[in-house]
Amino acid sequence: MTNAKGPDSQSLADASSATPWKDPAQKPFIELKSLSKRFGQFTAVDNIDLKIYRGELFTILGGSGCGKSTLLRMLAGFENPSEGRILIDGVDITNSPPYERPVNMMFQSYAVFPHMTVEQNIAYGLKKEKLPQAEIKTRVQEMLQLVQLSQLARRKPNQLSGGQSQRVALARALIKRPKVLLLDEPLAALDKKLREQTQFELMNLQDQLGITFVVVTHDQEEAMTLATRIAVMDAGQFVQIGTPSEVYEFPCNRFIADFFGKINTFDATVVASEGDWMTAKLEDSATEIRTRHSQALAPGSRCTIGVRPEKLLISTEAPTAPGLTVTRGVVEDLAYYGNRSLYRVRTQHGRVIQVSAQNYQRSAELLLEWDDEVFLSWDSSCSVVLTG
Amino acid sequence: MVVNPGKGDRLWRGIVIAAPYVWLLLFFLVPFGIVLKISFADPLVAQPPFSAFFDWSAETGGKVLATLDNYRFLLEDKLYLVSYLKSIQIALISTLLCLLLGFPMAYAIALTPYPWRNLLLLLVILPFWTSFLLRVYAWMVMLGKQGLINQMLMSVGLTEEPLQMLYTDGAVYLGIVYTYVPFMILPLYATLERLDLNLHDAAADLGARPLQVFRDITLPMAMPGIIAGCLLVFIPALGEYVIPALLGGLDSLMIGRTLYDEFFVNRDWPLASAVAVVLLLILILPIMLFQRLQQEAEA
Repeated sequence: MTNAKGPDSQSLADASSATPWKDPAQKPFIELKSLSKRFGQFTAVDNIDLKIYRGELFTILGGSGCGKSTLLRMLAGFENPSEGRILIDGVDITNSPPYERPVNMMFQSYAVFPHMTVEQNIAYGLKKEKLPQAEIKTRVQEMLQLVQLSQLARRKPNQLSGGQSQRVALARALIKRPKVLLLDEPLAALDKKLREQTQFELMNLQDQLGITFVVVTHDQEEAMTLATRIAVMDAGQFVQIGTPSEVYEFPCNRFIADFFGKINTFDATVVASEGDWMTAKLEDSATEIRTRHSQALAPGSRCTIGVRPEKLLISTEAPTAPGLTVTRGVVEDLAYYGNRSLYRVRTQHGRVIQVSAQNYQRSAELLLEWDDEVFLSWDSSCSVVLTG
Repeated sequence: MVVNPGKGDRLWRGIVIAAPYVWLLLFFLVPFGIVLKISFADPLVAQPPFSAFFDWSAETGGKVLATLDNYRFLLEDKLYLVSYLKSIQIALISTLLCLLLGFPMAYAIALTPYPWRNLLLLLVILPFWTSFLLRVYAWMVMLGKQGLINQMLMSVGLTEEPLQMLYTDGAVYLGIVYTYVPFMILPLYATLERLDLNLHDAAADLGARPLQVFRDITLPMAMPGIIAGCLLVFIPALGEYVIPALLGGLDSLMIGRTLYDEFFVNRDWPLASAVAVVLLLILILPIMLFQRLQQEAEA
């Protein structure tokens, strides 16, 4: 398990309730200890350790087949781990059946009971707890109001839209007042407008109720916007765990850097290394890049240097500020998105670099055209050293 | 693509839609009309063996000669009431047994991965490849006093004397359940196969124990299949003739056999027709009632 540390992570002094994972004294709310799950020869989850803290909106992100769904199903109790323990709030629940866990799940397909009304769906969990009718009724009414479904209480699921079904599934899980809510691809089945709205609704709900959320998703954008922390999973293991900005700005390797957005990568050889800083020479040009690194590399060793497209400045005149890495090139391609433009610039060394620029000025004409000669520059602190 | 169907298309569409109705009219409604007509006639020793429905002669000026005597007789003679009740009893219990046997089988098939699932389905359908009569005779051979089962029981020492299994109600139940259980399994399989297993997980997640999951989710979701399967078993079982005739004793008097006796032994066509009409009413009324209830539930 690699835990990438941002340059500011030494400031443990202000490790507060907002960032409990930085405080070693904090007790984790969910704890996975050497958890593995094998199906025959295939290892879906491979010896995972994880600590999730109370009130977190924790996202497990990965492609299909990476083991994220198996992990979630083990948390819910639908799969038994081959090895390892699962603790929630200090209680070992590794072998408890799903109906005895303080955990509820919102399924990707929502799994709303089609033969029950909205109301009956939401009340189902409380009925299984054998609560008095009157209490069930008031709690269902509260929950219907919370998810704004009061008008549709008597409807059957086949009369609901996708967004409404999702709110039924959410309400049905939340009404049990679980310690942990598991969400399997909560936004995948919604259209784009609804996704954004639901995303904020989910975050508000989580804030309001203080329930710990564990979200599984394959969509990095969904993970970035929702999560307090993201665990990126690949081949049954965590590749990196960190806040959205940590994994985006300080990816620990090339896989993570590629996974989150676009990145320009350059193969380089380390020339010198002092403290947090090192100098590296690009393989196919004489350009030397000064950059900050998270783990020391010996001079002569090879590495990859990455720069995000939006960290690059594109200009028609040579930039003069100190500490910049500058290279020249020709605009080969450009795409206009309205708020920003994406340029593909071919450098004098024949390399294509992507640059994303905000369109600050209001203009009907393009500021830069095809075949324009441009300068690309970036600040040393904006590049990242990628290993692996 | 043709947006406006031409005249030829419309004609063909009409023919395709009309075909099943024409079929039903010719081979169900018309024969049933004839049977209904005969049930209001008097038996005669003549050709045909019943009186006319209309008197066309000039002196009466056309007169309906219908009589309700046959239906009255059905009520008076205990024999008919007894055979109706016995048929309903045997059909109901057989349907229940088919359900109890067929449900786990259909569920197991629905949960079996391909290609094993196709094999299991094939095994369910396989008995239909041999003659139904032959299979019932095979049961006679197995259940008889010197039959396979008795020989086995005696050789193991479980019984000294051969058991009387053939010509009992038990043999009738066995024959009906054996014959009709595929009609229960297939519609059940069709509904259970489409069942979203996430619903089971969701119910368990919300606190339902396995038996509660079955009662709250599986059973109601499978209801269309259960109803279809029960009707497919109950309807033919109620009028079953061959199985009680071959495997049943003298007291397993089902309405099918009574019907046969009236037609071919007593040659009382009008009475036999009345028996048939009442049988149809017994079948149709609950189905219509059920459909009415279902429509009300949906509205």
